[in-house]
Amino acid sequence: MITYLKILIESPEFLAQLLINGFLIGAIFALIAYGLALIWGVMDIINFAQGELVIFGGYITYTLFYQFGIHPILTIPIVAVVLYAYGWAIYKTIIYRLLGQKDIFITILATFGIAILMQQLMQAIFGPDVVTANPELGMQVLFDGKIIIANIQIISFLISLCVGTILFIVMRYSRFGQAIRATSQNSRAARILGIDIDKVYANTFAINAALCGIGGSLVVMIWTIHPFIGLVYTFRSFMIVILAGLGNFAGIIFAGMGVSALENVVGFIIGAEFQAAFIFCLLVIILIVRSARARKKREYIA
Amino acid sequence: MINKILGTAVKALVLSGLMISPVAMADTHTIPLGAAVSLSGKYSTAGNHTKNGYDLGVKYVNSMGGVSVGGKMYDIEIIYYDDESTPARGASLAERLILRDGVSFMLGPYSSGLTKAIAPVTEKHGVPMVEANGASRSLFNQGYKYMFAVLSTSEQYLQEAVNQIAEHAGKPASEITVALAMENDPFSQDIRAGVMDDVKRHGMKIVIDDKLPRDLSDMTSTLVKVKALKPDLLVVSGHSKGAALVVRQMNDLGVYVKMLALTHCESAKLHDTEKFGNLADYTLCAAQWAPSVTSEGAMFGTAGNYSAIFESEYGYVPPYQAAESTAAVLVMADALTRAGSLDKDAVRDALAATDMSTFYGQIKFSEAGNNIAKPMLLRQLIDGKYYVVAPANVADTALVYPRP
Repeated sequence: MITYLKILIESPEFLAQLLINGFLIGAIFALIAYGLALIWGVMDIINFAQGELVIFGGYITYTLFYQFGIHPILTIPIVAVVLYAYGWAIYKTIIYRLLGQKDIFITILATFGIAILMQQLMQAIFGPDVVTANPELGMQVLFDGKIIIANIQIISFLISLCVGTILFIVMRYSRFGQAIRATSQNSRAARILGIDIDKVYANTFAINAALCGIGGSLVVMIWTIHPFIGLVYTFRSFMIVILAGLGNFAGIIFAGMGVSALENVVGFIIGAEFQAAFIFCLLVIILIVRSARARKKREYIA
Repeated sequence: MINKILGTAVKALVLSGLMISPVAMADTHTIPLGAAVSLSGKYSTAGNHTKNGYDLGVKYVNSMGGVSVGGKMYDIEIIYYDDESTPARGASLAERLILRDGVSFMLGPYSSGLTKAIAPVTEKHGVPMVEANGASRSLFNQGYKYMFAVLSTSEQYLQEAVNQIAEHAGKPASEITVALAMENDPFSQDIRAGVMDDVKRHGMKIVIDDKLPRDLSDMTSTLVKVKALKPDLLVVSGHSKGAALVVRQMNDLGVYVKMLALTHCESAKLHDTEKFGNLADYTLCAAQWAPSVTSEGAMFGTAGNYSAIFESEYGYVPPYQAAESTAAVLVMADALTRAGSLDKDAVRDALAATDMSTFYGQIKFSEAGNNIAKPMLLRQLIDGKYYVVAPANVADTALVYPRP
């Protein structure tokens, strides 16, 4: 452990490599987490099938790449459209029944059920094998090969950033974005003012699915996927949202990138097996601190 | 009251099970073997290889006239159930095979986990089981008396890689550095224990010893460590996801090691150049068996001959999971013949005394039930094809070291 720490101090290029990698891939997680935050904020639903939507998107990219010869990057818009429709369909069949549920466990159980169903269906359709779609885009060699960054990671970062920015603008300035925000703030008032909130909800969930799909396309290009790996992405996005807080767009980006970078450094120093454990410990500490602060505030007001 | 009804029901079930078996056998002159195999779920690819291997073995044995037990000829037949790749299901299906279908002999499931779930059941009922796909060392220290495994145990999987680096590194063993990235599951940790033993024996140095999480999705931190410390040998065992991931990410991160040894190359399809290009070239892969080995036996002849028969039947080159499954059927048939009766304990004793040459290799069981006569193979992947490089007496070609 101390040996590894020493390496990072003595040769900062390795630290730089870990951080850059973390920041770049963190943007993908931020994208997925943003989708989660969106439906959580607007519909008060915690989606435990988030990771399965990601993997589904990945499989579509993989299939289009190997069956139809479409370059994986070019599949992203197709995946977004397919997942948008898929998200809409899930909303119309299952999710709308969960709106206004007082008991959060019903929501969790229902979305968890969707997750299990999707795992099994993906396994039946795409097979249980581990797959990857290598876009073969080469890499950037910096500082005499001391730092090597795969181009696909840079491209994913830019794509995530673009999608995030577009979404941000839409939410801020368009009528549709206003409708979503109005529904989120007060759904009853929104309905009285003539907003079709059912449509808003369906769109919100579909947008989330499309975001997950785009994330999945990028995931299958950078790493590998198989039908049962979705939960990793669900938990990670959940964590990012908890860290950043709902409705905090900048916070989600920073949390996504920061967590991934920190995870890389921690994995380097104390070993890959403690990577996830460390991050979850951090989460617990942050929650304790935050709740202590909130309590103080309440007392002050009282 | 409910207890009483349940008790009667169970008794009736047991009795009906006991009664079905002799009747079925007397009528048709077949010996039923039971097998719960993963035909769906996450092990379904390998589970189907297992089933194909079993089926080919049964077909061949029956086409040679079946097995002769006490002067009478019997066909063998397998009753299959799908365990859905879940251990709990496997255990209950084993129970069902024994109690309801009345099988007296079992063939193993796919994977160590499933075997671990089924073995206590077969043991409880004194049903001999020949298994071909459970390699974990922890299966063989439970004192099981009715379980026999035709394959080499998991701690041997990558020991040969350590010997190879000792031989080829061109420097004293004490200067050789080794990095380990092993999944945190019993199978991979067994492999780690085996590699550790040999590393210690040679006096090499371990510079990285990472345990990969079960739901592994990213290996960046481990691989940057490898880049920093430049070990001579990197050993990775993380099932097919680990094999696929390490090959993809080593390239993306520009990490190079002189020797890379993996498990599960075949199931990760590293040889598929359409998917991995040449990223996996010169990787060393652990294998139980390969079609090019020189072993042969009375049934199927040589390994190459078996491979040809399998390919004409199923249309693909048999992976070792299929070959060892066929071997399990041959071992069972051989033991039934030698036992001269269908008594479970007689067959168990005959199995324990097995010493036969097969296309799969020599098979001879230790007291614990694992095969001690067959070595593990190390194959090198070059341009989409696997070449056996170790041990020396069965090697096709010389090892390419260092990786270019």
